[in-house]
Amino acid sequence: MNDALRAHLVKKVVGIAGVGGLGSNCAVSLARIGVGKIIISDFDVVTRGNLNRQYFFEEQIGILKVKALKMNIFRIDPHIRVIAHAEKVTPENVAKLFDEAEVLIEAMDLAREKQVFIETALGLWPDKPIVAGNGVAGWGFNEALTTMKYGNLYICGDAVSEVSEELPPLAPRVSIVANMQANQALDLLMADFDLSMYTME
Amino acid sequence: MEILLNNNIEFIDAEAISVQELLLYKNFTFRMLVIKINGQLVKKDQYTSAMIHHGDQVQVIHLVSGG
Repeated sequence: MNDALRAHLVKKVVGIAGVGGLGSNCAVSLARIGVGKIIISDFDVVTRGNLNRQYFFEEQIGILKVKALKMNIFRIDPHIRVIAHAEKVTPENVAKLFDEAEVLIEAMDLAREKQVFIETALGLWPDKPIVAGNGVAGWGFNEALTTMKYGNLYICGDAVSEVSEELPPLAPRVSIVANMQANQALDLLMADFDLSMYTME
Repeated sequence: MEILLNNNIEFIDAEAISVQELLLYKNFTFRMLVIKINGQLVKKDQYTSAMIHHGDQVQVIHLVSGG
C-alpha cells in the first residue's frame, strides 16, 4: 500500500499560504507522506517566540521561514520539491503563486488575512479546494476541534478561540489543527487514487 | 420567507434582504466573515448588493486570528 500511495502522491502539488504554526507543521506532514511538490509563501523570519509551536530550530532564528522550512523538509526527504516564495501573500499575487496547486492550505495569521485569502482564492478558482485553519489558540478542548465543510472550503479548528494575551497559540493545539488540515488535504488528494493498484500488489 | 442559515431554518419577515441586512438582523458583529449563498461566494464589497431570497442556503463563516 505504501508504495502505491507514494506513487500517487508524488504527482501532487499543494500550496500553503503562510508558514507559521499551521503552515510549517502542515507542510512537514505533507512532505513526510511524499506529496511531490509543495509551494510555500511567507515573508517573515524565524523568531525565538515562534519555537513554541512552529517547525523551526533555534539555529534558524533570523532566517526567512520559507528558507528554513525548505531546509527542514530537505532533511526529512530530499526528493520533495519545495517551491519557496519569500513574499507576503496578497490578493495580487495569489494567482501567480498558487495556480499550479491542486489543494490550497490557508495558514495565515490574522483573521483579515484569512478572509482576504479565502475570498481571493475562491474567486479565482471556484473548484479548487481550500483547507483553512480557524480557532487554534489556548489549550485543552480537544472535543471542540473539528472540520466544517462549506462546498470546497474546509475549515479546521474550533472556530472561536482567537489568539490574545490570555490565549496564546501553543504547539499542541496548533499542531493538531495543522495536521487536521494536512489530513483533510490528503483526503482530497486521494480522491482520484486508483484502489486497484493496491489490490494488485 | 424561510432560509437555511448555517444549516438552521430561519424565518425572516421580508420577501428578500441583502447580506448586509441579514448581518444586522442577526446581530453578527464579527468583522471577518466568509459568506456563501447557495454555495456561491459573496465578496465583502457585495454585501449590500447581494440579495437573499426564500429557500436560499446561506453560510456565514466567522474567522478568528491565529495561525
